[in-house]
Amino acid sequence: MSVLVNKNSKVIVQGFTGTEGTFHATQMIEYGTQVVGGVTPGKGGTKHLDRPVFNTVKDAVDATGADVSIIFVPPGFAADAIMEAAEAGIELVVCITEGIPVQDMVRAKNFLVGRQTRLIGPNCPGVITAEEAKVGIMPGFIFKKGNIGIVSKSGTLTYEAADQVVKAGLGVSTAIGIGGDPIIGTPTKDAVELLMNDPETVGIIMIGEIGGSMEAEAAKWIKEHGTKPVVGFIAGQTAPPGRRMGHAGAIIGGADDTAAAKMKIMAECGVHVVESPANIGKTMAEVLKTVKA
Amino acid sequence: MNLHEYQAKELLKKYNVPVQEGIPVDTPEAAAEAYKQLKVQYGNEFAVVKAQIHAGGRGKGTIRGKEQRGVAVGKNAEDVKTIAGNILGGVLVTIQTGEAGKLVNKVLVAQDVYYPGPNPIKELYLSILLDRAKGQNVIMYSTEGGMDIEEVAHNTPEKIFKEWVQPNATLQPFQARKIAFNFGLSGEAFKNMVKFVTNLYNAYVGLDASMLEINPLFKTSDEKIIAVDCKLNLDDNALMRHADLEALRDISEEDPTEVEAGKYNLNFVKLDGNVGCMVNGAGLAMATMDMIKLSGGEPANFLDVGGTANAQTVEAGFRIILKDPKVKAILINIFGGIVRCDRVAQGVIDAYKSIGNITVPIIVRLQGTNAEEAKKLIEESGLTVQSAILLSEAAALVNKAVSA
Repeated sequence: MSVLVNKNSKVIVQGFTGTEGTFHATQMIEYGTQVVGGVTPGKGGTKHLDRPVFNTVKDAVDATGADVSIIFVPPGFAADAIMEAAEAGIELVVCITEGIPVQDMVRAKNFLVGRQTRLIGPNCPGVITAEEAKVGIMPGFIFKKGNIGIVSKSGTLTYEAADQVVKAGLGVSTAIGIGGDPIIGTPTKDAVELLMNDPETVGIIMIGEIGGSMEAEAAKWIKEHGTKPVVGFIAGQTAPPGRRMGHAGAIIGGADDTAAAKMKIMAECGVHVVESPANIGKTMAEVLKTVKA
Repeated sequence: MNLHEYQAKELLKKYNVPVQEGIPVDTPEAAAEAYKQLKVQYGNEFAVVKAQIHAGGRGKGTIRGKEQRGVAVGKNAEDVKTIAGNILGGVLVTIQTGEAGKLVNKVLVAQDVYYPGPNPIKELYLSILLDRAKGQNVIMYSTEGGMDIEEVAHNTPEKIFKEWVQPNATLQPFQARKIAFNFGLSGEAFKNMVKFVTNLYNAYVGLDASMLEINPLFKTSDEKIIAVDCKLNLDDNALMRHADLEALRDISEEDPTEVEAGKYNLNFVKLDGNVGCMVNGAGLAMATMDMIKLSGGEPANFLDVGGTANAQTVEAGFRIILKDPKVKAILINIFGGIVRCDRVAQGVIDAYKSIGNITVPIIVRLQGTNAEEAKKLIEESGLTVQSAILLSEAAALVNKAVSA
């Protein structure tokens, strides 16, 4: 099982022939991901990395049967790329691009309403199902196969969590980097729900940060429907209000989107909240022991 | 990016949004001239002198060492000149600037819109912003203008109205009418409000704003609707398609170390603590700050060196952090993915040697791609750098450094 991507996923790369697209497509192929082609408008009919290049996503889907797309196009064109993928019937669109204007994302997100396409990101490291498929930019070797699902707004913090999980004697089922922008396709709650329904996942790590209310919504959902233990961490306990901390969405606007407020709600909803990012893996291992006992 | 009031008003005028007219000046003499010009043009006896800084609460704030508010009414040219003289070059301390205050380089001399007339005046509130949860823009408005809106929201939430706008559409006429009705307007003022709100929403979208706040939104005694003050934040991500707006940036309003960091593409936020940090990735950077605090220190900064950390960026990061005399230790926390740890380690060694006489302890935690090679490089370099691989080890080293 696992969620979102697996060894059968047929992936195309939008922005295939660019520097980023080329580098990460190569890495994804090495990891074993089925990259079946790519899209670069104007370069259709050529080959890149031994795979066909198409002018449009529609052409790529028709020719290859791709069901997943990963987007590396520059920020000014990325929202358009998302909508093109959705229009072509792609089931899962993973948008890596950072720096998309927020009004573009308002339109793109609205475009997806009522369609079967799921968007992950933007401004995210992507999705990886350990030892099956990597649709993202994460260093694959950290993600050893196992039963812990990870949901995170942040890239390197996802790697940190996966590494701790492995060092604690566990492994990763699927890690979903949902992205650090104010508007993203799949909020924390939806990603947690996917993992909660995945038979292969026995525990979930949920990593959030200051800004917005997604973690609180996820926590309330977990309280109602949760069947597996969840370990949670919120980055930015020391962040000052009103300042953007790197990620476009990481800004404390009011009392509800501070790390303390989110951690409180999560704890009240039964999430095992860790204060120190150094204790994520260790806590997951301890919690699983008590569940089994 | 934040804009000054006078800049924001100029932009709104391009979208046919009526504003309180004014002239930005940077000397007391020019302020007196501006008064005369406004008097000829609009016929108002009084003028308002408004300090131009990137912070709110100016009207209640005072210029340090003077009995002068940041916004004041001048009754004649001489009066305006005196007020401008008090404000310009002074440090304005408001509830939003904190103790440090902000140096005022410009004042806006603006028309007095509170003139008497046939009808009562009204001070209203309106802002447009992104509702993150809904993924839509929302217009938030209230009849309680001219005061702190967060207080209104807290004490009388029933007086705050919200109107969401469909993506891919403009504000619909029925929505604009609803807003004008809820403001309790009729006749000319009603019609003017419908136009005002419609044009303001177009400005918000057209400028790629992330927040546009009009407080007070004002109904004059002769039924005009105008923006008396305007706070406009632009979406940094969208500036690439607004070269003209990028040019409005006032770097004197920003922290100089943050401006310098920006030149090296470093994402830096100055904080007040004693442990500096340099990290790749925003989430891990925040988490590292949190860990510093849990280890008994206080983070001195947020610094994300991004996905391309190399010798130059590491050296620039070092130099920026070391400018702060309060820093007692520096923690470098890199989780190598695409970035190889050995390269970063080499960068740290090179930067260390190039800067010379670094006296604060440096703790380097490198994990992920080529972490072992990196640790070896640092240990063999002969530098007094402490290295760690696990985050918990780094935390222990920070604790040791701050308690020493």
